[in-house]
Amino acid sequence: MAIDHQLAAELKSQGVHVTSFEQLINWGRSSSLWPLQFGLACCAIEMIAATMAKYDMARFGAEVFRPSPRQADLMIVAGTVTKKMAPQVVRLYNQMAEPKYVIAMGACAISGGPFKDGYNVLKGIDRFIPVDVVIPGCPPRPEALLEGLMTLRDKIAREKLMGEHRARHADPNGAASFPVPEYGPHDLEPAANRQIWNPQPLVREEGGGE
Amino acid sequence: MSVDVAGILQSIRAALPAAIVAMRTNPGPSNQHSLLVGNGALVEVLRFLRDRLEFDFLSNVSGVDWPDPKKADTIAVFGEGEETAPENGFLEVVYHLYSTSRRIGPLVVRARTADRGGNAKVPSVVSVYRSAEFQEREVFDLFGVVFTDHPDLRRILMWDEFADHPMRKDYVAPDDYEYEPTPHDAVLEKARRHYPAQS
Repeated sequence: MAIDHQLAAELKSQGVHVTSFEQLINWGRSSSLWPLQFGLACCAIEMIAATMAKYDMARFGAEVFRPSPRQADLMIVAGTVTKKMAPQVVRLYNQMAEPKYVIAMGACAISGGPFKDGYNVLKGIDRFIPVDVVIPGCPPRPEALLEGLMTLRDKIAREKLMGEHRARHADPNGAASFPVPEYGPHDLEPAANRQIWNPQPLVREEGGGE
Repeated sequence: MSVDVAGILQSIRAALPAAIVAMRTNPGPSNQHSLLVGNGALVEVLRFLRDRLEFDFLSNVSGVDWPDPKKADTIAVFGEGEETAPENGFLEVVYHLYSTSRRIGPLVVRARTADRGGNAKVPSVVSVYRSAEFQEREVFDLFGVVFTDHPDLRRILMWDEFADHPMRKDYVAPDDYEYEPTPHDAVLEKARRHYPAQS
């Protein structure tokens, strides 16, 4: 049931706080995101810097980096995901408890970045796990990571826990884990999870790179 | 400090008369000449260099793929005719030796495989330089050079199930460029295969 915002504001001025269970849960979740403590490349250095005194990610309740996926809510994929590392990243994601969120930090985690042309680099972690927030940059500055964190907080605050458009983790039929790719003789098998990674085909003009 | 390769060649020939060793001159600005050693005597030559000439540090082991031996010969000028390049291409292993006690280096030593297929073999020098172990594994992984008598010859960078050797010239990388919103240069060429031009 929706809350009448005018009435809620009026009650608040009188010292009565009206909220919904959904808002309360989302507020709690968004205010204490515990990231999984792992870094893959230079983006991890910026991630570490974001937790330190100068940028102080603790202001947003996300400073408690957990060394175990069982205790983490947020996976910050910070760096180049090689094809050798990709199954481990997916496995760590699968081991995280719901609700769980993923931030793809930096050009490499988004698309392969400057190493896109390499035979050994996964061209975006969104090929295997669902990504909530992408942060471009090479590497993104700590401010950008904080901005990404705020974006994720906004996204969590808007999550529906019931009804047709509820969040994946609130849906009994929603997937909690995703297939871990196997090491094949030439590439990962499969090379992408087509259930979650199905980009629109791009149409381009002759000779153009745009 | 540069190395007197010609003098080293003479002392190797004096000590190991059976070894096939030739000097390959490099006329470039670096003037860095190298020793091309036959596989049969590679371990003995390196042991001699380590024990007698104090090349105590193997800095680097790298691989070179020569699918066209004619190209190899334009770079590695054959001087004294002890060994000719295999006709169907070959793989080359390059060792960079330094002497920390004499403060000279690098001494470039090269060895060649007989072909690029089943006989792509070079003797392992782990028994002389322990530091070669991981480096030879890397050359095996990326070039497919089999180091005979290596204590633990497994892939080191790619996964064990991987079948290819990515640094070979004829390696074809997997084509996963289906979705390239902003391609350019090499990636653009690969992305074009997935997006036929609009008529």
